[in-house]
Amino acid sequence: MQMVNETGWKPKIVAFCCNWCSYAGADLAGSGRLSYPADIKIIRVPCSCRVNPLFILRAFERGADGVILCGCHPGDCHYTSGNYYARRRMTMLFSMLDYLGIERGRTRVEWVSAAEGAKFSATMNDFAKTITELGENRKLGDLRCKK
Amino acid sequence: MQKIGVFVCWCGSNIAATVDVEAVAEAVKNEPGVVFSANYQYMCSAAGQKLIQDAIHEHHLTGIVVCSCSPRMHEATFRKTAESAGLNPYMVEIANIREQCSWIHKDKEEATAKAIVLAKAAISKLRNDTPLQAGTSAVTKRCLVIGGGIAGIQTALDVADAGYEVDIVEQRPTIGGRMAQLDKTFPTLDCAACILTPKMVEASQNEKINIISYAKVEKVSGFVGSFKATIRKKARFVDETKCTGCSLCTTKCPSRKGKNEFNMNLDNRGAIYIPFAQAIPNVAVIDPEQCIKLKTGKCGLCEKVCSAGAINYKQEDELIEREYGAIVVATGFKPIDPSPLNEFGYADNADVVTSLEFERLMNAAGPTKGTLLRPSDGKHPKTIVFIQCVGSRCEENTKRGKPYCSKICCMYTAKHAMLVREKYPDTDVHVFYIDVRTPGKNFDEFYRRAAEQYGVDYIKGMVGKVAKEGDKLMVQGSDLINNEQVHIAADMVVLATAIEPDPTARSIGTMLTASMDTNDFFTEAHPKLRPVESPTAGIFLSGVAQGPKDIPETVAQAGAAASKVIGLLAKDHLVTNPCVAQSNELMCNGCSQCEKVCPYGAITYVEKEVRGPGVREVRRVAQVNPAVCQGCGACTVTCPSGAMDLKGFSNKQILAEVDAICRW
Repeated sequence: MQMVNETGWKPKIVAFCCNWCSYAGADLAGSGRLSYPADIKIIRVPCSCRVNPLFILRAFERGADGVILCGCHPGDCHYTSGNYYARRRMTMLFSMLDYLGIERGRTRVEWVSAAEGAKFSATMNDFAKTITELGENRKLGDLRCKK
Repeated sequence: MQKIGVFVCWCGSNIAATVDVEAVAEAVKNEPGVVFSANYQYMCSAAGQKLIQDAIHEHHLTGIVVCSCSPRMHEATFRKTAESAGLNPYMVEIANIREQCSWIHKDKEEATAKAIVLAKAAISKLRNDTPLQAGTSAVTKRCLVIGGGIAGIQTALDVADAGYEVDIVEQRPTIGGRMAQLDKTFPTLDCAACILTPKMVEASQNEKINIISYAKVEKVSGFVGSFKATIRKKARFVDETKCTGCSLCTTKCPSRKGKNEFNMNLDNRGAIYIPFAQAIPNVAVIDPEQCIKLKTGKCGLCEKVCSAGAINYKQEDELIEREYGAIVVATGFKPIDPSPLNEFGYADNADVVTSLEFERLMNAAGPTKGTLLRPSDGKHPKTIVFIQCVGSRCEENTKRGKPYCSKICCMYTAKHAMLVREKYPDTDVHVFYIDVRTPGKNFDEFYRRAAEQYGVDYIKGMVGKVAKEGDKLMVQGSDLINNEQVHIAADMVVLATAIEPDPTARSIGTMLTASMDTNDFFTEAHPKLRPVESPTAGIFLSGVAQGPKDIPETVAQAGAAASKVIGLLAKDHLVTNPCVAQSNELMCNGCSQCEKVCPYGAITYVEKEVRGPGVREVRRVAQVNPAVCQGCGACTVTCPSGAMDLKGFSNKQILAEVDAICRW
């Protein structure tokens, strides 16, 4: 299953998943054969707090159309507090990206536990749908601040 | 330049059916650094691993990428394979083309294209890998068992048998747990107390076992092999070392209105009480909510009658700090409260009881001394209706109960029905069931004995309503086999209520960072292959805390958990994860930001002579203790000067993956 809009364009989506909850949730979606678009490629990180805003900027710089960060539910972080750091950092980053012209819909933080294969699949389907509707992203170099 | 080998696994047909494995192996051949690529049916098999080892030798590989199942499954396997061929085990990357590709996509072309991208991303990451050396950390040879039911007791006994010290922390004033409340046990009908209490005594007399009752684990820090726990031992207002358990105080206490939790609140106890006669420790405890002396300052009767001088109204909570190498979660269960399920009328009728309440009513040490009497008027019930699956197997979105099967109810209901028919042959016993599930040794025989020999009337169908009419309970249900409505005028209704994890489980799970499922049962590291370990290293699972179980299964799992604990404690040192943070001293500006975000206190600042090109001076720089660092990476993002990086998940490695994914 891939998301394709009328012009035949397919989105590029990068998903950062923490090793303990969301990556395991993605594995569970796999063993449950719960499909989501092939346009989504997962990068495994130890914790959502390992995701440097730089990684997300680079993804957009290199042509990603959407970036999603998945971590353990608040209070359930394997490292006790990593997801709280991630939440704060991403709030800042996403509002800055929005200001630069990368719409809010293209960035997302979701909490997916190791037991939530169905949620992982549903989240990815929804995110891919949103990105397909938003269409192709502008290159980071072409961005101008909003008026 | 690295020499990389790529190995694409078919996983039988699991991968090969949806991903063209040959095309993947072919497509990565010309990637920079790749000198060899191959595909094979089962890479994880001995033959597959040999293929990898031979290729490492033959092509002098410096790193390998295995395109296979999730790294959570076989990363460790392939690291070992690489190591045995002389490669650094951390020069191995896994492209997950099963769980995150072949299993979720149906179109072969699309899945193959994705698998190629994932392989290329792994190759790009590998190009930035550096050999890592694992360190070691010491193991504290003591085990903490949270929960003192049959699961916790069995684990503690087994671990202690191997010669290691065990602390059992139990929240109630006595160990014994739910099993102590049971009357008889299926399928043998031997009395629960007769088989449990000797084990309780054995635990209390074992010099390696230390029982900390009426206590809770308040804080846990550290990591596998080296946990530090803070345990709050609540004030029981009785000196444990002095009390002889004579129970004179409990008979003299004038405050008699406390609900007797042990008897499921079916009768009352004094403010000072011993939960039951065989309690361990056999020491009284004062309920501060109920004690007249503690509330008003007047009374003090128990102090006067205690010849041992054990009563101490000024006793305070005690905090115990101790180190452990392993922690076992054996927090057990409780039956759900069926009050919100209005149709059964539990909240309004005293004669509608839960199975555990019924267990107490049948027990010789229970509120009725073992004579089955109705709670409302103390009469012998002549017609009893048992209702199965109360709050179990509910549709998830209705929120009316639990989605899972509680597993033990079919068997204990058959037991109850049989016991009633045996003790009071003139009693009519009806059982409403959805399915009777009896998969266990001698279980189905047991159930059939109830239905065939003991004349228990099994009715397949649900109960729609229980309503009081005079002194009868009118049970209205359906009989699906005869396709008719059934009305039974019952004297007593027993609900086989679902079981749920103990309410403390969630907070304990959070404290231990041990993952749980949506029903608050602890998750195992692998549902089939590692059923007694939590994904969090050093945390083990015993009993119903992990999922519904009967007593034999609980005991078996408790023993399995103990053997895992023993395997851990037998080691003097553990190999630590080398994927830890590392500070580049030349770039560190000494700002202390990383120290503040580190959840483990692994970062300290030291004055150190820093040498580099054109630099030779003493600076204040961050230093990571690799034995304490768990590798979350919080510091790496916080560091404003980019000095902090995480080995195994370095900025370069992750950026290489991002680039590779966005290129295609």
